[in-house]
Amino acid sequence: MSNESSVTPATLAAAASAPKPGPERMTGSQAVIRTLEKLGVTDVFGLPGGAILPTYDPLLDSDVINHILVRHEQGAGHAAQGYAMATGRVGVCIATSGPGATNLITSLADAHMDSVPMVAITGQVSSKVLGTDAFQEADIVGMTMPITKHSFMATRAQDVPLMLAEAFYIASTGRPGPVLVDITKDAQQGLMDFEWPVQMKLRGYHPVVKGHTKQVREASRLIGEAERPVLYVGGGTLRAHACQELAELVELTGAPVVTTLTARGAFPDSDPRNLGMPGMHGTVPAVTAMQQSDLLIALGARFDDRVTGALDSFASGAKVVHIDIDPAEISKIRYADVPIVGDLKTVIPELIEAVRARRAEAEPADLTGWWAVLDRLKKEYPLGYVPTEDGLGSPQHVIERIGALTGPEAIYAAGVGQHQMWAAQFVGYERPHQWLNSAGLGTMGYAIPAAMGAQVGQPDRVVWAIDGDGCFQMTNQELATCVINNIPIKIAVINNSSLGMVRQWQTLFYEGRYSNTHLNTGHDTIHVPDFVKLAEAYGCAAFRCESDDDVDDVIQKALAINDRPVLIDFTVSPDAMVWPMVPAGVSNDAIQIARETTPDWNRED
Amino acid sequence: MARHTLSVLVEDTPGVLARVSGLFARRQFNIDSLAVGATEAPGISRITVVVDADGVLLEQVTKQLNKLIHVLKIVELPPETSVQREHIMVKVRADAATRLQVTQAADLFRAQIVDVSTESVVIEATGAPDKLTALLDVLEPFGVKEIVRSGTLGLGRGPRSMSEKVLRH
Repeated sequence: MSNESSVTPATLAAAASAPKPGPERMTGSQAVIRTLEKLGVTDVFGLPGGAILPTYDPLLDSDVINHILVRHEQGAGHAAQGYAMATGRVGVCIATSGPGATNLITSLADAHMDSVPMVAITGQVSSKVLGTDAFQEADIVGMTMPITKHSFMATRAQDVPLMLAEAFYIASTGRPGPVLVDITKDAQQGLMDFEWPVQMKLRGYHPVVKGHTKQVREASRLIGEAERPVLYVGGGTLRAHACQELAELVELTGAPVVTTLTARGAFPDSDPRNLGMPGMHGTVPAVTAMQQSDLLIALGARFDDRVTGALDSFASGAKVVHIDIDPAEISKIRYADVPIVGDLKTVIPELIEAVRARRAEAEPADLTGWWAVLDRLKKEYPLGYVPTEDGLGSPQHVIERIGALTGPEAIYAAGVGQHQMWAAQFVGYERPHQWLNSAGLGTMGYAIPAAMGAQVGQPDRVVWAIDGDGCFQMTNQELATCVINNIPIKIAVINNSSLGMVRQWQTLFYEGRYSNTHLNTGHDTIHVPDFVKLAEAYGCAAFRCESDDDVDDVIQKALAINDRPVLIDFTVSPDAMVWPMVPAGVSNDAIQIARETTPDWNRED
Repeated sequence: MARHTLSVLVEDTPGVLARVSGLFARRQFNIDSLAVGATEAPGISRITVVVDADGVLLEQVTKQLNKLIHVLKIVELPPETSVQREHIMVKVRADAATRLQVTQAADLFRAQIVDVSTESVVIEATGAPDKLTALLDVLEPFGVKEIVRSGTLGLGRGPRSMSEKVLRH
């Protein structure tokens, strides 16, 4: 630290420009807090420990930053994700070195897969003992290289503001993602000269925003000529905040829309041009439209295997226009006839302009025949479910009623598994950022902390965590955080007493051999734990609902409570299954609408 | 699959090699050889990496590499428009009876003897990878005791420099 205060050409130049206040002497940890304030951060989620202790001290004095003390660092990570997804701002989480940092890893991987803008700040042992297996030392930068967009390690106090500024910039621009900033204890304790703003030096980072004009024109030609186009809308549309632009494109082209699991809400479900979700548990119209399409217009989508099914038979007659801000996604899985790298917020308007220009010259193809096919599919194969055979509650009914009684202004976060798919299918999404879930990584336990983060970012909205009994047991310690910090989320545990999606696969593909999927939490079991008692022990309001007849009443009761979190333990049938389904690795043409039942493609009427 | 030589300019920061090599490992791209060193520009290192990949995969390698924040520029060096060299050192069994034959073989390849002992010599040679392989074939019958081989280095032919545009940023 010795020469950090010495006079350099830069400090002389700074002193020369008179109106600017000179640098302020402070510690690295004060610089962390000051930089976060300068970056506009108002909420952070974290848990202190030895190596991050210096930073927690000035945090106590910040009037701007609201720190939410979690009960496990994974909760801080998912809360930052939920916050980011619900607000569009960068989510921030803080942890100490070693186990604190490694506990963040799942949330970093999750944010990486789903392109969530997030900055994780971790304490690190002093630079003097780095690499010596010091107490609570973990090479978190090394460990997280594959699951972060970028990472920094600050070993000098002076580096803190620049690294944090660059971290926020990288996290929130281009294809968003998680960025880790690891700060050694001596960098936090050392003295530095704080100046703002900082000059970023990212020579190797230049996200492309504008689309290539020639390619955009070519895309507009294909769109004009396509007789069976499909707008394949992915989560990138939400990340780009380009839903208004998408709506204009749909209006102009009249093309059908499918919204992937990460894009639910990017286009209203109530609009007849929305065919619903494609993929393994997608609607028959959405899956079939893609299969029969002659042009897929992929917008911020990445041809995930859960969408395409067996790749060689996926939409085999379709040309592909692929628009994405990440060049590496284009032609990664499926060849793009027209590749366009750019920000959807900019490229969709460019495309709209090009489509309009082309229309002035050539009549677009008539989509009436295409819509006749799709409308028939919509009529014949709507999403639905049958009553349970064991007389227990129907999980789909519960989720459908939560959506219907709460409405689209609420936020819905789900865990992973059957309840997630039903929530994606039956809630009804009308607006962007209404739906939060862990799609790419499929992280059980995401719902409670993500809902908590969303509620912090959107205090005036109702936030539902639709969770499973398996998921809930992975992160429910954050109920304490919610109660103590007055974060009144609502939790619906869809309690089928089992790891439901795994059980469904055991039913379908393992001859009903239920290996290690029974959790003993549901109807007619020993209820370990009793979710109602557990929630009450945390200070939540809690109800149990065991019959479809009581569902509306108990949801209304939960909606009436706003001064603390509410949990409802919905005990439902373990035998309910998610349909439609395309089994893993099978062609989307083999979609099943119920067990061993495929749509009758050849029927004439 | 075909071998391709990529030249990658990177910022010379801690961990940059780990980021690059880790990317290759987790995306299942095979590295044939890799060489890193300083360049004419302070703070910028150059990685020459030979990959075993065909068109689509090579494109993915390049795009994924480009996503690394510390990667500044990537160019492919086609063999016909670039100079590519490897360096090799070989310890060969050579006693009084065979030493002359071994040194003659080295001479044919314009290789240098850089160490001599009663039982062995160390030969160093620089050249295109196939020339060095031919040298090894000739030395093999004498008894090769040890080999160390650098990664391929490459430069584009002609007056242009890869870092020109990067440095102007």
